[in-house]
Amino acid sequence: MELIYGFILQGIQMLVVLALAPGLTGFVRKIKARLTRRRGASILQPYRDILRLMRKEVVLAENASWLFRASPYMIFAMTWVAAALVPTFAIGLQFSWTADLIAIVAMLGSARFFLALAGMDVGTSFGGIGASREMMIGAFAEPAMLLTVFAVALVAGSTQLSNVVAFMASDQVGIRVSLGMALVALIIVALAENARIPVDNPSTHLELTMVHEAMVLEYSGRHLAMIELAGAMKLLLYIALIGCIFTPWGIAPAGAGLTGLLAGGLFFVAKLAAGGAFLAIFETSIAKMRVFRVPDFLGAALMLGLLGTLLLFVSRGL
Amino acid sequence: MLTINVVFALVTCLFATSALAIVLSGRAWLSNLIYALSGILCLGLALTGIWMLATRAEPSAMQLPIGLPWLGANLRIDALSALFLMLLGTGGAAAGFYGIGYGRHEHEPHRVLPFFPAFLGAMTLVLMADDAFTFLISWEVMSLLSWALVLANHRADETRQASYIYLTMAAFGTMVLLLAFGLMAGPEGNYGFAVIREIGRSPGIAALILTLMAIGAGSKAGLMPLHVWLPVAHPAAPSHVSALMSAVMTKVALYGFIRVGFDLLGPVAWWMAPVFILAGAITAVMGILFALMDGDSKRVLAYSTIENIGVIFAALGLALAFRANDMSALAALALTAAFVHSLNHMLFKSLLFMVAGAVLNATGTRDLDQLGGLIHRMPVTAVLALVGVTAISALPPLNGFVSEWLLFQAVLQSPHLPQPTLQFLVPAAGGLLALAAALAAACFVRFYGVIFLGRPRSDTARKAAEVDRWSLGAMAGLAALCVLAGILPGLLIDLIAPAINLVAGAELPRQSTNAWLTLIPVAEVKSSYSGFLVVVFIATTAGAAAWLVHRLASRRLRRAPAWDCGFPLDASNTQYGAGSFAQPIRRVLAPVLSAHETVTMPPPGDMAPARLEAGTEDMTWSRIYLPLAALINTITNAMNALQFLSIRRYLSLVFASLILLLVGLVIWN
Repeated sequence: MELIYGFILQGIQMLVVLALAPGLTGFVRKIKARLTRRRGASILQPYRDILRLMRKEVVLAENASWLFRASPYMIFAMTWVAAALVPTFAIGLQFSWTADLIAIVAMLGSARFFLALAGMDVGTSFGGIGASREMMIGAFAEPAMLLTVFAVALVAGSTQLSNVVAFMASDQVGIRVSLGMALVALIIVALAENARIPVDNPSTHLELTMVHEAMVLEYSGRHLAMIELAGAMKLLLYIALIGCIFTPWGIAPAGAGLTGLLAGGLFFVAKLAAGGAFLAIFETSIAKMRVFRVPDFLGAALMLGLLGTLLLFVSRGL
Repeated sequence: MLTINVVFALVTCLFATSALAIVLSGRAWLSNLIYALSGILCLGLALTGIWMLATRAEPSAMQLPIGLPWLGANLRIDALSALFLMLLGTGGAAAGFYGIGYGRHEHEPHRVLPFFPAFLGAMTLVLMADDAFTFLISWEVMSLLSWALVLANHRADETRQASYIYLTMAAFGTMVLLLAFGLMAGPEGNYGFAVIREIGRSPGIAALILTLMAIGAGSKAGLMPLHVWLPVAHPAAPSHVSALMSAVMTKVALYGFIRVGFDLLGPVAWWMAPVFILAGAITAVMGILFALMDGDSKRVLAYSTIENIGVIFAALGLALAFRANDMSALAALALTAAFVHSLNHMLFKSLLFMVAGAVLNATGTRDLDQLGGLIHRMPVTAVLALVGVTAISALPPLNGFVSEWLLFQAVLQSPHLPQPTLQFLVPAAGGLLALAAALAAACFVRFYGVIFLGRPRSDTARKAAEVDRWSLGAMAGLAALCVLAGILPGLLIDLIAPAINLVAGAELPRQSTNAWLTLIPVAEVKSSYSGFLVVVFIATTAGAAAWLVHRLASRRLRRAPAWDCGFPLDASNTQYGAGSFAQPIRRVLAPVLSAHETVTMPPPGDMAPARLEAGTEDMTWSRIYLPLAALINTITNAMNALQFLSIRRYLSLVFASLILLLVGLVIWN
């Protein structure tokens, strides 16, 4: 019985992640539109877009291989599994120990790997430009992310997210310099990984500045829908990750009752809204930077992550 | 029958196969026979190793009445040797079976066939050696045989140059090893490993020996800055030999370092550890950066070998640090990471060298900018190569990620180390290793993307055909092992536990009994990873998503010309190539790579095309080796004067040096 309950909770988590992701994207777009004094599309627009894309036929480039057709499903599955392992409304779920934070980061790395390969498959100049730049950004974002993981893991004594969240929610942690640095580093990485301004612009189709959009240029129909959905889930994953580590309030502890779970769910939606609003305000108030300035930006994250980790070695209290 | 007898019999058979290759030289079927025999014998070696580890068999030893009269040749197999025997056997068997197909394309088979089995035999002898004399002789034989194999295609100028550089570096390495073993033997000259183990040494001497070992073994394994021969020599050999050299011989070199550093030498002071951790981490980053810049398929793989050796060295350094502080459980974790990574690297690097060989056979080129689109022409190779590149990029759920993950877990345990130097250094090294892993992913997207994806860049690539069944079979075997080791890492870790116990004095908790085959290296509250469940989840969700979308939404599909923002161009060089893919990273890390770009503009009115030349340079050449060569040249030129003296002067020189030595001796005493 307990096992079935565990499976159900894990299943709900997966569905919640999948169901809320396009809504979050729509919410961010709406706020951005309002901030620039436009009315903006409805929050539900991304759902409609995805459904529309799903129903359309796929127009496939003539020399696209099986890898090009399989990649969207692989990318979708890897992102979904990674997102399902990040605590959203509750911790200690049935399969929370399947992969720790390092493995979750690496799974997103796998998704990026296949996306870059798919970008190179058709053999167009834009696919290559996107893949090459995406891998360059990834090469700097991934170590920064891992150093942040180190800093967090050293404070919490674990890389297992459920345990990290349980520790962060306890009163053993106060305000720490190292965690502050880790937070800033993680936000920078999240912006880069999700192809947001100032690293990349999700709504651009200006040839020379595209990164993510250039890679998926040849995709259409259901393939594009899967990639868009994966992108939305990745954004949700990062906001959930930052939320559960740095603002672990309201997350239902292991074995919580129905009210606890419901409260956890409400808290989670509130955190997503706050994260989305912050992202929209940040994006409207900053300009996109040149591609070759991005490594400096990510280098700052790398240094902050390293500094945060080193501070912890100086004193566990910092 | 003792294990050692079995292994010795197999080695004898390998050498006999070599003799057979000489006797039967020139027969058409010889190549098949020799490679099949080598493959089968290596399979025997691998099974013996696995059997020894699985049953936790006692070490077994034997003595041969050859070698030094008072010493004989001592051979011994213990758990550590068995682990590397398993590694060598697997790599050797794959290379042998691949050779059955690949060897048919050899123009001069008699330059490869006699050396191939003997090379395998010599490497096995290094693993069996139980005295310094046998070890060094086997080591040298291994070096010379691999040198002969590098020279197989001796008509190319670059091969001759590569083999010359290799021979010089190998001679230097053996000389350093000779010094190390001389120091270890002490004034009494005890060359047996059993005696060497018992001698007490001051920390300074132990550190000196370990440094010499790192230089000697590191020059064979490819530790920076001793790596310069590796990216030229490994690619020059036939591909299955490249696979052996890169995947197996570098590990035999590491075995030498581990045997001395963790077994023979006894405790080593903690301040040796930072040197190895830093050297390993820097080697890893620089190795993969050069791999990312190179335009030759096999040289990319050779540079990536340097990266992986760096990762393993960093893990070994971490293990030294833990062991020096009596934290044997954590030392076991770091050593498990090192050993599992050694095994993994053997699997995926053999696989990728074989892929490069298959592509070379099908298209006749190693130049990345001549390839492209081979996923359509060589579909099976493309699938197997995809497994290889995913594994080597340390991506879950394949095996490369498991060892990377174990290493990061070991790095995360570093706060327990009491020394502040180590506490600062280890996270920084962890950051470098993470950078190396991320760059590896970029490097192998480029490798796979330029070779297999996109459109063909030359006519040969357009007409390539799939390779033979033997080659495919060998590659498929390795790919299957990569997947298995990624899904069931617990079994592998349990298997190698006796070897870990031997060198660390502790082992990881038993893994294969964990629920869902999860990996729990320290404690469940700290970290866990289940490759099996990750595979199941990804496969189910991907399959279910694809099925549901096709079922409920749409399954229509139409082929059309590529979109490319409305301007698809037919010329195949409009797509991204090897150079352009690496350009962003080359530009960002220009100072590290000493990258240069020159633009040549024709004068106004001239219709000649403008040219942009960009490249990178391995500065170890210009900063270390070329000045060193110049220095040696100067000294030898100065000493030329000594060549044409009269007999009186020679005699007085001899007399003077005799006096000098005697005076030195008097002062010493």
